[in-house]
Amino acid sequence: MLTIKGLNVHYGGIHALRGIDLEVADGHIISLIGANGAGKSTTLKSIMGLVAKTSGQILWNDKDITNIPTKEVVKQGIVLCPEGRRVFPDLTVEENLRIGAYLRNDKDGIQKDKEWVYELFPRMKEREWQLAGTLSGGEQQMLAVGRALMSKPKLLMLDEPSLGLAPLVIKDIFAIIKQIKDAGVNVLLIEQNAKAALEISDYAYVMETGKITMSGVGKELMNDERVKKAYLGE
Amino acid sequence: MEFIAKWLPYILAGISVGGQFALIAIGYTMVYGILRLINFAHGDMFMIAGLVMVYMATVLPLWVSVILVLIITVVLGCTIERVAYRPLRSAPRMSIMISAIGVSYFLQNMALYITGGLTRTYPTIDWLQKNITIMGASTKMVTIITPVLTIVLVIALVFLIKRTKIGMAMRAVSRDFDTSALMGIDINRVIAVTFIIGSFLAAVGSILYFSNYTGIMPTSGSMPGLKAFVAAVFGGIGSIPGAVVGAFVIGICENIIKGLGLTTFSDAFTFVLLIVILMVKPTGLFGEKNIDKV
Ligand SMILES: Nc1ncnc2c1ncn2[C@@H]1O[C@H](COP(=O)(O)OP(=O)(O)OP(=O)(O)O)[C@@H](O)[C@H]1O
Ligand SMILES: [Mg+2]
Repeated sequence: MLTIKGLNVHYGGIHALRGIDLEVADGHIISLIGANGAGKSTTLKSIMGLVAKTSGQILWNDKDITNIPTKEVVKQGIVLCPEGRRVFPDLTVEENLRIGAYLRNDKDGIQKDKEWVYELFPRMKEREWQLAGTLSGGEQQMLAVGRALMSKPKLLMLDEPSLGLAPLVIKDIFAIIKQIKDAGVNVLLIEQNAKAALEISDYAYVMETGKITMSGVGKELMNDERVKKAYLGE
Repeated sequence: MEFIAKWLPYILAGISVGGQFALIAIGYTMVYGILRLINFAHGDMFMIAGLVMVYMATVLPLWVSVILVLIITVVLGCTIERVAYRPLRSAPRMSIMISAIGVSYFLQNMALYITGGLTRTYPTIDWLQKNITIMGASTKMVTIITPVLTIVLVIALVFLIKRTKIGMAMRAVSRDFDTSALMGIDINRVIAVTFIIGSFLAAVGSILYFSNYTGIMPTSGSMPGLKAFVAAVFGGIGSIPGAVVGAFVIGICENIIKGLGLTTFSDAFTFVLLIVILMVKPTGLFGEKNIDKV
């Protein structure tokens, strides 16, 4: 459904993406792993139209979305849960969820999705009227994922959802990512936590300094010697 | 009783002028809240709104002029944002500030050109000038209308910001542009709405303010603009209730000082207040602790 072809992005003099090709097929969890500064976040931001592209093409169900504004990308059913949570601290938990549904007008649908998010994250329900800025880091991450789900995405992109979380919470988050996929949402996942990411993903890409250097079925990549050395610390 | 009779007119005048400052101060504080920009042109826009009224009222019925003043000021506010601020949004903060100062001078000079530097007579709105008596103190209708109208508008505005979708978007955008965009919020539209509200309130304020004076000059916006700005800083810039409280405090204090027979010092008071606030509590009464964007 999502196809990226020969994508190049520059930040001033820095050539951050050097001809990326990537594909997300329907019904899958795809993960993108790689070292710090490899260009993973940049890839997701350029899909959302947050950074200018030098060249290349992004297709969504064969429709060219390379240069459409962020708002239109969200309308197409693509959403990014950004690196570092970025919840709105002086909005309540409930408002953060509602703002995730900003482009939707189907009241009943929004209500239903809110209940679904509360089902996935019961803690959010308990803290419905609390300001998001007062949540713990892990709770903020849950809220950020929930907020992204509120746009009713067909493709959910998660930028390092496990960053800075305790191992137990990470396990929760990964379990929930699977649940989200089972609910029919495709997931494009960026992770430092390569082992956990490869375990749940159907397909994975490895990025190094702006290029895709390897790709393959998640479980197979886990057995690849180079991947083991560089990303699994074995 | 005598005490009340002596002071009531000053208090009433203070509340009235405070309301007028509040209507201007909200524009400063909202634009700052969303763009972290002190819109130096805001006071001059207030003056232009006054001049528009002067020229409209010579050819059109008053009520038509009033409506046109509101519309033209809003259009002007949006145009300034579009032309002078939007292109500089990702530039260093200083560039956009300088642009604002440039717009301020541009508006003043345009007014100078149009008026020929002469004081223009502000039209009399009979209904606002009507004499009324409150608890024995005789005053004009505008003195009462101003605070009432201000409070009504402020309540409407707070409702808009706290309870509506666009208000929620404004709160989000004022925190984080990129993440707001990721929600599908049209940042340009939210900023435009902010300028519409600020300009509209300034236009209302200008009608109330200038109807207390006979004349208007190209520099007539500077003093009320500056005082409203101090009110916004005093209340904690970025905070709407802060700006309103600050404006009423300044309006009332100035008039009490006048009542004490120290009229010459009433303007100076505002600036002493500014200096004291900046030294003692730079974030103002209701200011955010961390003003910089996350
Ligand atoms: N706004 C920016 N301006 C200039 N350079 C940038 C900007 N954003 C990213 N870069 C550079 O682009 C490169 C890729 O950054 P990106 O954030 O995509 O990396 P990443 O793979 O997400 O890394 P991490 O795992 O640390 O989050 C880096 O070298 C970074 O310094
Ligand atoms: Mg990153």
